[in-house]
Amino acid sequence: MNLKFEIIGDDFSQAGQASSQVKKVLKQLNIAPHLVRKIAVAMYEAEVNIVAHAYRGTMHVEIDSSKVYLRFEDEGPGISDIDLAMQQGYSTASEAVRQMGFGAGMGLPNIKKNSDELKIASEVGKGTTVEITTYLK
Amino acid sequence: MRLSEVVEIIGGTVVCGENPEEQQVDKAFATDLMSDVLTLEAGRILLITGLNHLQTLRTAEMAEISHIVIVRNKKPSKEFLALAKREKMTIILSEKSLYSVSGALYKNGLEPVY
Repeated sequence: MNLKFEIIGDDFSQAGQASSQVKKVLKQLNIAPHLVRKIAVAMYEAEVNIVAHAYRGTMHVEIDSSKVYLRFEDEGPGISDIDLAMQQGYSTASEAVRQMGFGAGMGLPNIKKNSDELKIASEVGKGTTVEITTYLK
Repeated sequence: MRLSEVVEIIGGTVVCGENPEEQQVDKAFATDLMSDVLTLEAGRILLITGLNHLQTLRTAEMAEISHIVIVRNKKPSKEFLALAKREKMTIILSEKSLYSVSGALYKNGLEPVY
């Protein structure tokens, strides 16, 4: 099964809608609850990252019997130092994002914790691609 | 702890959700940082927070948390309550502070997540 969602940058009223829809699909597919929760947390962190940092982006979802693969592609400022961004506590989030309860430099480390494979590729001034794979078996 | 006990202990008001006497929470977590909520392990957790925007609900949804106390007399919007209803969440409002609500529940035996 393949799904695709558009994510709008800076629009916190819609942030999480795509993740919510995918989570419901995962539940309907009878994927184990602990895996649904793990995927949902990683997916939502990545979606919020696009809303918080990028101008716009997409989330592609591929589900088969062995894995759930998520690919987030955004147009945005990009990440100049991915190793630094992966460090807990490092954040470039705005004050508005922090007031929403995010931007504490916990998102990327938490995505790593809640995924089996995480790949991040970024080009400064263009955008970032985040790939998250979770194995179901 | 039954949710009806939570409501009684903190003197709260249920503005979304039904039959609090039939619902149970095992532990509580108090924060205004949604990123912290996303790091918790699963369980029947009561979230106590002063944040009343939609991301509080989305975060709770992802973390499988269905019971939220909103403190400091913050009023949720119509959109917030509509989404909470759709996601079958219980929302309790309190005029007290995060510290006061947390202290009262802790004193009455509701365990912390950690």
